[in-house]
Amino acid sequence: MPEQPGKNAIEVRGVRKVFGTGESQVAALDTVSVSIRENEFFTLLGPSGCGKTTLLRLIAGFDFPSAGEILLHGQDIAPLPPFKRPVNTVFQSYALFPHMTVADNIGFGLEMLGKPKAQIKARVAEMLKLVKMEALSGRRTSQISGGQQQRVALARALAPQPKVLLLDEPLSALDFKLRKEMQIELKRLQHETGITFIFVTHDQEEALTMSDRIAVMSSGKILQVGTPWDIYDKPAERFVADFIGETNFLTAAIANIGNGKARATLKSGATIDATVAEGFQPKDNATVVVRPEHAKLTSGKGELSGTVENIVYFGTDTHIHVQLDSGEAFTVRQQNTRSAGCGFDRGDKVGISIGNDAAQVLRD
Amino acid sequence: MASAEEVAKEAERRDIRMRWLLSAPALLVIFFAATGPLLIVLVYSFLTPGPYGDVRWQFSPEAWIAVFMERDIFDDTLSLAAAHVTIFWRSIKLAIITTIATLALGFPTAYFMATRSEKTRDLWLFLITIPFWTNLLIRTFAVLQIIRNEGLINTVLLKLGIISAPIQILFTDTAILVGMAYVYLPLMVLPIYASMEKLDFRLVEAGYDLYATRFQVLRRIIFPLVKPGVIAGSILVFIPALGAYVTPSVLGGGKNMMLSNLIELQFGQGRNWPLGSALSIAVMVIVMVALLAYVRNAGRSEVRHG
Repeated sequence: MPEQPGKNAIEVRGVRKVFGTGESQVAALDTVSVSIRENEFFTLLGPSGCGKTTLLRLIAGFDFPSAGEILLHGQDIAPLPPFKRPVNTVFQSYALFPHMTVADNIGFGLEMLGKPKAQIKARVAEMLKLVKMEALSGRRTSQISGGQQQRVALARALAPQPKVLLLDEPLSALDFKLRKEMQIELKRLQHETGITFIFVTHDQEEALTMSDRIAVMSSGKILQVGTPWDIYDKPAERFVADFIGETNFLTAAIANIGNGKARATLKSGATIDATVAEGFQPKDNATVVVRPEHAKLTSGKGELSGTVENIVYFGTDTHIHVQLDSGEAFTVRQQNTRSAGCGFDRGDKVGISIGNDAAQVLRD
Repeated sequence: MASAEEVAKEAERRDIRMRWLLSAPALLVIFFAATGPLLIVLVYSFLTPGPYGDVRWQFSPEAWIAVFMERDIFDDTLSLAAAHVTIFWRSIKLAIITTIATLALGFPTAYFMATRSEKTRDLWLFLITIPFWTNLLIRTFAVLQIIRNEGLINTVLLKLGIISAPIQILFTDTAILVGMAYVYLPLMVLPIYASMEKLDFRLVEAGYDLYATRFQVLRRIIFPLVKPGVIAGSILVFIPALGAYVTPSVLGGGKNMMLSNLIELQFGQGRNWPLGSALSIAVMVIVMVALLAYVRNAGRSEVRHG
């Protein structure tokens, strides 16, 4: 989908990044193109080594692309050193200056930009208030907790009012509860400041809950870009479906393709409606994915049939693993109620009914 | 029956006795090899010189007066000893300039080493320590060969026609400075490198990200964080430079006396051991005062890093 260049905060065009030389050459980024809109919370999601941090470092200017261009509001910034880019970074390790106070850290960027003292002071106070750190402005950064350091790192990067804020797995060092808090906090900050956020994470849940749009990356390539709903409900490739959430993969024959929809005939012989991933090429054995919560277990007949293999209780829901008669495995997630049990036992013969609009055909 | 408390106390006492016993050899060596001789020097500085270079056991403040003052041989009036003041001043000046010169050369060297890959770092470290394998005297003579009138520098410059007559470097303060900077450079590089190696270079990236230019990153981020190394290096260079003996004797040619040469003179030809002792103690006091002032000053804004 082509977009107007003016509306994009960042536009990455055919960027390659190669590390090493000769035989040991590794392409960390393999011809990546992506457009990030203004005021967007955009997430680069993928496992470690997928190239997401490399892309972030190219945008920040710590590394330079081997090929391609990076546009910031339509202007090519690829040749600029980091201190000439109106882009700031929140580092994974925070990288706060240990020899400065909290306030000095936050004011550092403005000071380097040569802003007048009074203006720096006012902006630092504003930032301290924004991240709720007013009381600790005189502390050394080694004297505050991890969560507080995180806030200072955020305030420091936001203080010079960058056009784009880059966040490199900023929450990975925090414990679970603090991480949840900071997720909400980050969303609030993005909303209040109106700055474009580019967020790097390997945590799919974090990506789903926070992002406006997500780019899923694997081995130096962007596999799919879309809203959390798109990514979760309509994964384009097996990697995306597998990396985000839990999924059942079924082999099917596809017919009546049109308008993004098709009829899928499963191994059990049943035929269901399915949406089709963009770029799907008709083939004999296509893969259909169904999320565990979009299928229902019945004691009667369904589109699929099999035997209950295992029942795992999770508090909010129960996962029931079924060995299908076709030989495939299938998991159904069932919401729990307070009445005891899920109604099924190991070894039960069961049917599985797949709801309308529950299946997606992958392109690979 | 002893109570548990008494047993514990007794054990503690035994422990303390044991500690004294075990550290006794080290304490004895330190006393007889370091503190003892210093005390002798201190005592000698208050004695009267004998006619054959020995001392007579008779209290006299004369040596201490002679450190900075000169007694007129006719009317016994005191005046400032210009020669001594000049030597003190030259020594301190040369030691300070040596420290600054080694810092100017050593800091970039240490930065270069710390930013190499782990494997090549060891190689550079090894190269830096090579001069330590050679005797100081030989290294000093090597410098002499380079800077003397028929030496490498003058020969090359003459051959190239840049100069028409050799530049007199040898037997000047410049020669002493060049020699000392060369000899003491590793003592500056190593502690700075040790600090620099611990430096988190992500902080440097953070600096660039926050619009700091290369110079600003150096001044505002790198330098404050490796300051402990700079302080250690400066101390390690300043102290031996102030008391340097071999380098000034060889390269200064005895014309430009330094403190150590002056002290040696008193114990040798001068046959004035009390004055030599007083001068030695005076140098020690100067070093200690300078160090205290420097460390206190530099330590004020210092942070523990790493």
